[in-house]
Order: sequence, then structure tokens, then C-alpha cells
Amino acid sequence: MSMQTGLATSTTQLRTYAPSTDVSVAAPAPRLEIARGRSTAARQNPRTEPGPIRFVIIALAVTFLSVFVVLPLVVVFASAFSKGVGAYFAALAEPEALAAIKLTLLVAAVSVTLNLVFGVVAAWAISKFEFTGKTFLITLIDLPFSVSPVISGLVFVLLFGAQGYFGPWLQAHNIHILFAVPGIALATIFVTFPFVARALIPLMQEQGTQEEEAAISLGASGLQTFFRVTLPNIKWGLLYGVLLCNARAMGEFGAVSVVSGHIRGETNTMPLLVEILYNEYQFVASFAIASLLAMLALITLVVKTVLERRLDETEVPDGD
Amino acid sequence: MAIEVKNIVKKFGSFAALDNVDLKVADGELLALLGPSGSGKTTLLRIIAGLDWPDSGEVAIDGENALTRGASERQVGFVFQHYALFRHMTVFENVAFGLRVQPRAIRKDEATIRARVKELLDLVQLDWLSNRYPSQLSGGQRQRIALARALAIEPRILLLDEPFGALDAKVRKELRQWLRSLHNEIHVTSIFVTHDQEEALEVANRVVVMDKGKIEQIGTPGEVYDNPATAFVHGFIGESIVLPVDVSGDAVRLDGRPLNIAAHGAASGAAKLFVRRHDMAIGPAGSGALDGAIRHVRSFGPIQRAEVALSGREGSTVIEIDAPRDRELQAGEIVSLQPRRYRIFATQD
Repeated sequence: MSMQTGLATSTTQLRTYAPSTDVSVAAPAPRLEIARGRSTAARQNPRTEPGPIRFVIIALAVTFLSVFVVLPLVVVFASAFSKGVGAYFAALAEPEALAAIKLTLLVAAVSVTLNLVFGVVAAWAISKFEFTGKTFLITLIDLPFSVSPVISGLVFVLLFGAQGYFGPWLQAHNIHILFAVPGIALATIFVTFPFVARALIPLMQEQGTQEEEAAISLGASGLQTFFRVTLPNIKWGLLYGVLLCNARAMGEFGAVSVVSGHIRGETNTMPLLVEILYNEYQFVASFAIASLLAMLALITLVVKTVLERRLDETEVPDGD
Repeated sequence: MAIEVKNIVKKFGSFAALDNVDLKVADGELLALLGPSGSGKTTLLRIIAGLDWPDSGEVAIDGENALTRGASERQVGFVFQHYALFRHMTVFENVAFGLRVQPRAIRKDEATIRARVKELLDLVQLDWLSNRYPSQLSGGQRQRIALARALAIEPRILLLDEPFGALDAKVRKELRQWLRSLHNEIHVTSIFVTHDQEEALEVANRVVVMDKGKIEQIGTPGEVYDNPATAFVHGFIGESIVLPVDVSGDAVRLDGRPLNIAAHGAASGAAKLFVRRHDMAIGPAGSGALDGAIRHVRSFGPIQRAEVALSGREGSTVIEIDAPRDRELQAGEIVSLQPRRYRIFATQD
């Protein structure tokens, strides 16, 4: 996911260095010429494959996608509704299911909010200031992506577990982190930390500090500069990061599984409940919850596409 | 407002961007900071604006210490090289920004702000663009909007970083004249940075020539062009012919042969002779200080430009001279050159 984000932004970055769009000066005539040039180039493009080969390649891609992406998605919904709509909604209305949905929403809300703040601060520090250890910090931000989620969960067990570093102290003060909501939130925050920062760093680096300097020289305070200049410039990138962060926070399984303790009705998030129900042969209930997560994925996909389009628009060069 | 800069030192790592710079700017002046890239001119401008801080030294604006105030409190209008217009705001909102962020106690009401912005857009003759976004403007329009935005806060001084740097030649020329007449109209003390000598000489009342973090010369355009203080200024401003010479006493030698010119007080030893292209008199062979063969002549407008190969001990040196067209020169002709006006600067190594 993060790789995608990086690639997308770097291509737009390249575009920024293209000659400025001198709308009022550019006459329509040269544009037409360009368009004509393009169409002849397409006709004579040496890389254009003959029809049958093109067909085979496209068919392969479509088949692959159908088998590995569309089919599972269809199966999820088919299984969820296999005993009818009534059974589907009854499964979702189970207290355990409701508790899992509530917990998932709570954990997502907490971790997305905190990562929003952390992400903006980290991206701000990296893109607007020069300091030693900057590359190290960038690498560190990526750490949660390169570590297996199970390890991420284990880290918190090692820290806060009964045998962990802070375990005895926490027990003495009757503070519950592991096998409770705080532990789940911590693990989720750790795993989803990079999304917002990763979405913002290339964007903010590309935008530089000139607009902020201009705002300050016009008499704006630090806060005014942030809310009136910086934030509007990064808002689409920020929403993009938040969206991906949210999708991962709600869908996270590995890290949460390690710290959750699987207490029914208390520390089971939706992905955990899906597994438990499945293992107990409650297929309709299991797939009903799974269908919610699948819908989240579909909504995320649509919003992501819209946001990417907006991001592209805001990054259209405005000069130099 | 008058600006006074004293003993400014600014280092980036081990690189001295500004090395003990002193500068006084009088009220109402239009001053150019001219120099090659890396000469420290932009750094000096940013320090005056409060966007950079000197390692040591003083900056006073209108007699009061500016270094105790941040950029947002200095009331300095700054026009950035790439304009730095707020891309998500319309032209109108860009210009209004400085008025909208004022502390509530002194902030004007909406009607006053609107009237002021309109006035400024009229001043830069772009009233009709007020609902456009920066990305919909041409370079020259952006430049003028950036200027209007900087003027909105009624700046005590106006600083412009390479104001015409990113524009094409024709727009550049127009904007230059426009900036001059605007300055005549509003009379705010202004400093602009440029690496383009023509721009500096044409627009500014006074020119500050900088190189390697030091000020080489301060003077009117005429002074820096006609009486360059250093070898650098002579070489940087206007086209010069530069020849290596030896000075001993009042005698000047090129390649061991005496030149029939006076040293004018240049120190004995290795030196460089600077002559403007149009300050070389051309006479028949043997009549002047330097003999050479014309290799090529191009005539355009009122002058003819000739490439002359001066023969010396180590092969020939080719120089370009400008001559009036009263006597047509021919390729292959042997001529003698005599500097009419020249400067000799000791070589510093």
C-alpha cells in the first residue's frame, strides 16, 4: 500500500517540473498540434502488439483477477446470505457481534485520531526542517510495514505482559493494558502508524516551505499559517492517509490477535470474531461479519479512487 | 524606511554565505543586489526579511533593531522568486491574506478589506482576475499578484527575490519598466535581488555588486559600469576584454612587450588589463599598443564586432572588439589596437 502511495506521488512530482501552464498565453494552435502528434505516434507506436496477443494478455489479467479477487468476494456475500436475509441480520444482532463491531469502531477511532496527529507532526518535521538523523527517522516510520504484525503484537506482550518489563508494576497498580482495550489500541496504532506520515511526506516535501514563509512574512502566526496555508494544501493527502489507516485499523488481525486475549464480548474485534465463529462452524455468522469488512474494503476503494483524483488535481503545478 | 545592516556574518556549515557585510539603504531607494549565484545576495535579503538569522551582526529598520522581531512582526513585504502564491486561494483571497490574519484588535472590517484588495488589484492592473486561482495565471500575472499581496500589509520595506527570474524575455522587459514606475508611484524603500546586470542597471537607483559573500562595490548604475572598483566588478558588469600583463613602476608589459599605456598606480607584479570592447581604438598596423589579425567581422546595427587574434609568445589570444561602422574592417586585415579607457587590477592569488 505504502509503495503505491509513494509511486503515485512521485509521478505527480515529476509532472510538477513540466513547463508551467501559461493558460492565458498558450494559444490553442500548438495544443492542436500536440494532439495530432500524439495520435500519429499512437498509430505508429512500435510497442503496440498485434490483436490476438493483446487479447490473450487482457484475458489472462481478467481471469486472474476474477479468480483471486472477485470470486472470494462473491463467496463471502453468498455464504453470508446462504440462509436468507433474516439469518444474516440475526447474526449481526448477536450481542457478541455488536460488541465486536463497537470495539472495532472504538479502536479505529482512537488509533486513526492519534495517527493523524503523529503523522502530521512527523511529516511536518521531516519535510520542513533539516536535522541530523532525518533519514533514520524516515526509515523508522516504515518499520511497522516491514515487521510481521505478530511480532508487533508480541512486542507489547513483552512490554506489558505479566512477565514483561512493566508487567509487575502495572499489576501492582491494577492497570490493564494487555488483554484489554488499551493493548488492542496500542497494537493497532503501531501497525497503522506509517499510513498518514507516508501519504504526507512526499506531498509536503514537494510543496516546500515557500507558501509558509510567504504567510509568515504577511504577518500570520504559526497556527494561522498551519490552518490557513499548510492544512488546505495537504487536506486530500491527509484524507487519503486517514482512509488507508482506517481500513487497516479495522481489518488488523495478527497484532491484535496476540494482545487481545480473545475474551468473548469484550476483547474480540471483528476480524478476530470472524475466525472464532468460523472455527465453531457458525458459517453464516462468520461470513456476515466478514461481509461487513468486505463492504468496508469496497467503500475504501471507491473513496480512495476519488481522493486520488482530487490529489492529482491539487498537485497540478501552480508555477515556476 | 531606511535600512542599516552591520557586520553581518552567516555561515552554512563551513561555507560563508555572508562575510562581514555592511549596507545602508536610504528611505525611498530602489536598490539592486547584483551578483552571481552563491554570492550571498538572497541570504542577505532573507535576513533583512527575518526568514533567516545571521550568526552575528545587526539589522536595523528605521533605526530600530529588527533582529528582536520575527518575520511576521517586521511588516516587510517579500516577493518570492517563484511567487509562492497560496494555490488553494483565489487571487482575491491571496491579496487579502495579510489583512485577514491581522490581530483582531487592528483587523479591518470585511468591507474595508474588500475595498483595499480591489485598490491593490487595480494598482497591478489585474482586477479582472480576482476570482481565478494561481494555476490559471501566466507567470507575469502571478508576479504582479505576488507584489499586490506583499503591498497589502502596507510594508515598511519591499524585498523582491529575483523578481523577473522565472519570466520570459519579453514579459521581463515590460515588468521591469512597470516596477520602476510603480516605485515612483508608491515610493516604498525596495531591494531586489538579481543576477542579471542589465536588470540591475536598468531598474535600480543604486546597485550593490556582491561576490562570495562580500560587497564588491556600491554605486549608481553609471558608477559601477564606468568606474568598477574591482576586477570582479569589471568582469561581471558589461563585456570586458581581459589581458594578463606585468606592471613594473609605471610601465605595463604584455608578453614582455611594452604597452604604450600608464599603470595608473597599479602595484608592480602580475596584473590584469581590463578594457571595454568599445574602448579599443583601431588603427593601421604598428600605430598602437597591440597588433593583431582580424579573423572575422560581423556587422549589425550601429557597430561591427571583430574577432582579433593577438599574436603572443604562447600562441595567439583571440579577443572581440566593437567598432563603429565608419571604417569597414576586413577579415585578414592586420590592425593595431590602442585602449582608450582601461583599468589595471593586480592579480590576486
